Amino acid sequence: MKKLNRRAKTLFLCLCLGLLLLLVYVSGILIPESAYAPDFMAARLSPSLRHPFGTDTLGRDLFWRTVKGLSVSLTVGIVASCISAVAALFIGIGAAVGSKRVDSFISWIIDLVMGVPHTVLIILISFVMGRGLKGLLVGIACTHWCSLARLIRSEVMQLRSKDYVAVSRKLGKSGGWILVNHLLPHLLPQFIVGLILMFPHAILHEAAVSFLGFGLPPEQPAIGIILAESMKYLSAGIWWPAVFPGLTLVLIVFLIDKLGDNLRRVLDPYSAQE
Amino acid sequence: MQLLKRSCRIIGKNLIKIVSLLLAVSIIAFALVCASPVDPVQQYILGLGTAVSPERRAAIEEYWGVGQPPVQRYLNWLSNLLQGDMGESSLYRRPVAEIIGERFVNSLALMLCAWVLAGVLGFVLGCVMGMYQDRWPDKILKKICYILSSVPTFWLGLLFLMIFSVYLGLFPVGFSSPIGVKSEDVTIWQKLHHLILPAFTLSLMSFANIALHTRQKLIDVLESDYVLFARARGETELEILRRHGLRNILLPAVTLQFASFAELFGGSVLAENVFSYPGLGSAVSAAGLNSDVPLLLGVTLFSTLFVCVGNMIANVLYGVVDPQTRGAER
Repeated sequence: MKKLNRRAKTLFLCLCLGLLLLLVYVSGILIPESAYAPDFMAARLSPSLRHPFGTDTLGRDLFWRTVKGLSVSLTVGIVASCISAVAALFIGIGAAVGSKRVDSFISWIIDLVMGVPHTVLIILISFVMGRGLKGLLVGIACTHWCSLARLIRSEVMQLRSKDYVAVSRKLGKSGGWILVNHLLPHLLPQFIVGLILMFPHAILHEAAVSFLGFGLPPEQPAIGIILAESMKYLSAGIWWPAVFPGLTLVLIVFLIDKLGDNLRRVLDPYSAQE
Repeated sequence: MQLLKRSCRIIGKNLIKIVSLLLAVSIIAFALVCASPVDPVQQYILGLGTAVSPERRAAIEEYWGVGQPPVQRYLNWLSNLLQGDMGESSLYRRPVAEIIGERFVNSLALMLCAWVLAGVLGFVLGCVMGMYQDRWPDKILKKICYILSSVPTFWLGLLFLMIFSVYLGLFPVGFSSPIGVKSEDVTIWQKLHHLILPAFTLSLMSFANIALHTRQKLIDVLESDYVLFARARGETELEILRRHGLRNILLPAVTLQFASFAELFGGSVLAENVFSYPGLGSAVSAAGLNSDVPLLLGVTLFSTLFVCVGNMIANVLYGVVDPQTRGAER
């Protein structure tokens, strides 16, 4: 077999990670509710071949609950970080292209959002929207755009001072034409990487807020809820509901993080040819 | 003299910004709460569990300005707030200001311990990673940092609780003092004993950030020409770290630590919930779950103040103390 170079290897790794995530997501959608239905005969079983993660106090299979929960987490992560990233793109470009007043107003807004601890802000928003998936999505989308917006703003600022942009302007091209033809192609890799790196944060926040009891209703399978339930039985020596779902979450988050890092390496023209 | 003037200007500018941010947060939070389906008056009376006298009800309704336009209600609430009256918590039946004051002391102890621990640990490990760049100590520590940054705080807390408290029995399972002991009789050692595990959990969350930052800064310094020259003069690695490294990396690290108050507070919400630690963080989630509007508003504002003060200290440190930015005007 021909030895793969680094770029091909990275791409291959990205593909594998993407497929794995897709698998978790799809299987989460496809599994029937009966897979994690309560079965009181099989309550509190420790991990075995039949129940890889064991069962909880109601006899629900924790493995399928975890997979289902992860797929919910991934959905929340995807939707929230897409909204957040698109908002960041517009806000960042707006700050860089707009007048000085617009710029300072946007940076003030960013300071405002960064000024309230994210957990508190998500709790507030989720409280106002009556808890549940919607509040969670809005809360996470509202809090995660700040750093990407800052990044995009500084990037656009740099691009605007480039010669080719100045030449374009002298040639009489409109601001919109320059935006689409000169700025966006440069911003796209940054944007995609920013989006993917936002993803783990969104998922972690989703888990944290459902753990606190906001977000999804308790009968729904979600990692945060499983972990919150497991707390009650911790002192009874039932360790598996706390360990395995959490470990899976860590693994998924870690994989997405890695995916983002690798994609950055491929997309960034400075390191793509290494 | 010039330094004093400069620092006054930076502090003044930041103070104006803090006030404007707090005002904005209060407006937004109040508007959000107004838009929510929860009626604070109803909630208060519901929480009481008994019938209230019409006078009492009128007093509560007056506090929330029932029947008035929203702007008027906000202004009312704000003027009460500025006089120190943050309303009464429907969950704890006590003035919100009192609850916040009491719980903040607990939270502060926790966050301070975690903050110092994370700072020192992160900085030292960052130095080690920088010194051994791309050799095995660096590689191992970097892996640990990356993994830690994708571990949720509350899960880590759960694991620690399970291992150290349930199985090994080294630490208490929760709360800030032993159960069944009067609060006057609790010794400082007992308090510390209850603090160790939450503080350690919280510090593990933020230490990766500071360690990786310190590592990068130190590597930048070590690659500079003056370090090359120092090596040529025959300075040992430790001398280089002490003479050239620390001076350059200590201040950015401290600044970063001050700027991370938001994550610290956010983490403390989770850590306090896992360890049932009676601080602001557990208060805010309890307030949200039990629809305790005054407490929720109060903690939101207070946490914003807390974060903004941290950011201000970071800005001042960056602008005044750092000799590299001190010379440059504006």
